[in-house]
Amino acid sequence: MDASQPARKDRSIPLWRDERYLRIFGQIVFLVILFVFLGILVRNMLANLQQQGLSLGFDFMKITAGFDIGEHLIPYDRSHTYLDAFLVGLLNTVLVSILGIIFATILGIIFGLARLSNNILVQSLARVFIEFLRNIPLLVLLIFLYIGVFLQFPRIKQAIELPGPTLISNRGIAIPWGIPTEVYGTYLRMLAGAAILACLVGFGLSWYGRRTGRSTLAWFWGFITFLIAAAIGWIALPISPLSLDQPAVQGLRVAGGRSLSPEFMALLLGLVVYTSAFIADVVRAGIQSVSRGQIEAAKSLGLSSLRIMQLVVLPQALRVIVPPLTSQYLNLTKNTSLAVAIGYPELFHVSGTVLNQSGRAVEVIALVMAIYLTISLITSAFMNWYNRRVRLVER
Amino acid sequence: MSRKIFTLISVLVIMSLLVAACTTTQATNPPSESGPVQTVEVIKTVVVTVEVPVEAPPTTPQVKIEVAQAPGFGETLAAVQERGNLICGVNGQLPGFSFLDPEGNFSGFDADFCRALAAATLGDASKVEFRSTTTQERFTVLQTGEIDALMRNSTWTLTRDTELGLNFAGITFYDGQGIMVPVDSGITTLADLEGGTICVQKGTTTELNLADVMATEGVNYTLASFEDVNATYGAYAEGRCDAATSDKSQLSSVAKGLLPDPENHVIMDLTLSKEPLGPVVRHGDDQWFDIVKWVIFATMAAEEYGVTSANVDDLKSTSENPEIKRLLGVEGDLGLKLGLSNDWAYNVIKQVGNYAEIYARSLGEETPTYIPRGLNSLYSDGGILYSPPFR
Repeated sequence: MDASQPARKDRSIPLWRDERYLRIFGQIVFLVILFVFLGILVRNMLANLQQQGLSLGFDFMKITAGFDIGEHLIPYDRSHTYLDAFLVGLLNTVLVSILGIIFATILGIIFGLARLSNNILVQSLARVFIEFLRNIPLLVLLIFLYIGVFLQFPRIKQAIELPGPTLISNRGIAIPWGIPTEVYGTYLRMLAGAAILACLVGFGLSWYGRRTGRSTLAWFWGFITFLIAAAIGWIALPISPLSLDQPAVQGLRVAGGRSLSPEFMALLLGLVVYTSAFIADVVRAGIQSVSRGQIEAAKSLGLSSLRIMQLVVLPQALRVIVPPLTSQYLNLTKNTSLAVAIGYPELFHVSGTVLNQSGRAVEVIALVMAIYLTISLITSAFMNWYNRRVRLVER
Repeated sequence: MSRKIFTLISVLVIMSLLVAACTTTQATNPPSESGPVQTVEVIKTVVVTVEVPVEAPPTTPQVKIEVAQAPGFGETLAAVQERGNLICGVNGQLPGFSFLDPEGNFSGFDADFCRALAAATLGDASKVEFRSTTTQERFTVLQTGEIDALMRNSTWTLTRDTELGLNFAGITFYDGQGIMVPVDSGITTLADLEGGTICVQKGTTTELNLADVMATEGVNYTLASFEDVNATYGAYAEGRCDAATSDKSQLSSVAKGLLPDPENHVIMDLTLSKEPLGPVVRHGDDQWFDIVKWVIFATMAAEEYGVTSANVDDLKSTSENPEIKRLLGVEGDLGLKLGLSNDWAYNVIKQVGNYAEIYARSLGEETPTYIPRGLNSLYSDGGILYSPPFR
């Protein structure tokens, strides 16, 4: 009966009215139109470039860049190539993105929870914070933070000295920084050993916990093991693996320590507070999606509120939180390109300079788009993987 | 549901295609219908038929036909005259060179050369549409034909003259790169800047020169590069940098125009590089290239012969000097050779003035953006401005 039905359908309905064929046909037509359209665009661009005697190609990336970049994580000066300049910009983007994601998540969770607090003061403070930040453009926020806050710190000669010592001036914030000594390599190997040990402890305890049904705080003890092993390693070595380098004003600059430029600080702070306001709402929505009945049921079982959060609310809330969180992370990464307005040398800023000095507009813009696309795809691949892990909890 | 979405998408695609089609027809139709372009096409075909016996590759004619749309000889002038105004790319943020004055007009040295070009090509100096451009986009908008000429204190370099597909049509202003520091910093030499931070506008030749000079001198510094003039000198004014570097003309005009306390800043007594600034045009239209070049020479020649906007009418009717007569179009047909009317230089001088007048109006002693003429004097006054003969 079932098998004969489609056959009868084929006879009675003509091909041009058969929905199955129409669907496939529609998609083919769409693809053809799309490719023709793209083809016209590319052909047009190539023809225009040819008319102007401009050629396409990425050979220029090997040419000496000739300009300096203020902040670089890898060695760079004017004698490096355009490719190196791109890498410097990319690493700066990645640095700000990763730090931004970490801090925005922490701050976002804090404000999300504060928004749900029973304390009226905490709740309304969080509400004001979120509403304020969500409703001003990020570019305005960045420029305000840069010109209105970080450039208004005292000049370098009158730098504020905080304990640490931390020096604050409008050249940036200089903090003490560890400099590797000759035993640093050995110490890194020790840390790797400590991490393996900690994993063993963690897995062992959680296996024991599953067998006995007792709560063992497995990963808490694993972490403690790591800390103890790391501390023992630090003391056991003949000289300490890191020597502390303290910042001090020397002539026109702050020598020693690690200087965080005002551009970097303004960008990071702006991205963090702006994105955390959105994350706070995502977190709040996630937690509110867990029905009250479940929390009341958990309470009636005698669970503490921390355990309720850990065992009942969070596993279910995460399913709701993770997908919108991913898009917030992507937004943050892409918003780093606004740094061009305040002069932090991230990818878009550096690529603008490369574009201008080399005159290769099409190649540079194509490359920048490809890089942002890659970063975003990697971020969402990671978050999708995490989302699948979280989803398993659902059963 | 899916069918609805599909219908929606296909409608959107069709609409976007329609829009795209409309824009392309609008963009391509006028040139192909206009007279001058067709003559160009004819010239090209003639060239092809001549080349055929000399074993031309079969692909050559196709390429030639596509080129007919390109800015070929005479096309820019035809487009400007048909449009009725000149689109001129300027800086727009640089007092003394090109900026919006309180009345809302563009004024300054570069802006006046745009007006001179409009006076020569259209007979009316007011028919200029100014387009503010950033350092970063300036060459791209010229390459893509959004502007007819770029008068944006751009330094003439070999790379820009060749690889970017552009031509520098002479030099309107001989400049050099300088460094500005606050007076109370006590910095007088490059070595004093050791460890300092220097503000610069990104994507400029000054950024490259700075890196070159500092590397040669072995001075360590940190670069802070910004998108535009306002951001650069804003950060400098806030003390973000120990020094700011740019062309000396820009430094002196900015120091006086943008900084809140110009008297507290000084331009150091050293020059990092040669910065010849001049107008830029696209490759491919040699007629337009010649016009821009000779408009500039006309202002210099006028100063040399003592022709000013005040006395140009008298001189036109009374002057016995054959050089002046040729310049003003009383004698000979110099204007026609450029594809312009014969009174092109008269219009330039009458409506905008000679080089000295243009200079005095924007950068002269009475202006707040005073820059001594120095190298930018006539060769007869100890400078290096030298116009080829009008003959």
